[in-house]
Amino acid sequence: MTVTDVRKDPDALSMTLTAEFDASPERVWQLWADPRLLERWWGPPTYPATVDSHDLRVGGRVEYHMTGPEGDQPHGYWEVTEADPPHSLAFRDGFANDDGTPNPDLPTTEARVTIEEISDGRTRMSIDSIFPSTKAMEQLLAMGVEEGFTLALGQIDAILAEDAVRSA
Amino acid sequence: MQTTGPDFDRVFAALGDATRRDIVRRAIAGVEGVAELADHYPMSFAAVQKHVAVLERAGLVTKQRSGRRKVVRTHVEGLRAAQRLLDRYEELWRGRIDRMTALITTTKERNK
Repeated sequence: MTVTDVRKDPDALSMTLTAEFDASPERVWQLWADPRLLERWWGPPTYPATVDSHDLRVGGRVEYHMTGPEGDQPHGYWEVTEADPPHSLAFRDGFANDDGTPNPDLPTTEARVTIEEISDGRTRMSIDSIFPSTKAMEQLLAMGVEEGFTLALGQIDAILAEDAVRSA
Repeated sequence: MQTTGPDFDRVFAALGDATRRDIVRRAIAGVEGVAELADHYPMSFAAVQKHVAVLERAGLVTKQRSGRRKVVRTHVEGLRAAQRLLDRYEELWRGRIDRMTALITTTKERNK
């Protein structure tokens, strides 16, 4: 079992996931720093990722797209806000237009990765993710996690909205 | 009844039916029992009871005692999306971690 801890805070819309690997911090960092390796784990099998450009320096960008079962290709990008190889990486993960430019109409997620050696050859990696809204989470997850998910979520929203009207 | 993440698929499967969505809406008021709810639909009491049971299993409604009657009440908290979204997000990351682990294992072997 490699995931050792998951903390979810629905109020703060955040999640911290911790995992351990039998590898050095450098090797774990490589999974982020090597675009060919990154694209082998970032996308789920139904939505494999292709990294179009990759610069993990502060201020740099990573541009990628995913390819869905219907041939749909959602684009995304990271804006690197912190990079300290092989120990930490922070970036804003956003949606992009087909030409790779950020789509400002869709929200971004803040992600922070910390990588530390806990013993010889064993490394702990933590991912902190913060979402600006449930809408943002929904959009992110709609990008390749489950078809029909957004639809079902819309149904919940509609029911909750109706409840709010009634209580008003 | 509901503690950590309820079964997300079950919630959405339950909400995938128009009659059940309508029951969830009506039960927000929490004044009608199964028999009264059944009066709203052109189907048998047993059929409505079945729908309510599906909603109950999904944690979307509960039956509560109100005097001598039992009313069906929507568990509004059960509708809250955030926890379930986080569950999905967790799954997404668990998948990623699995793939990372597999990559580390294969690259390690290759380097040997």
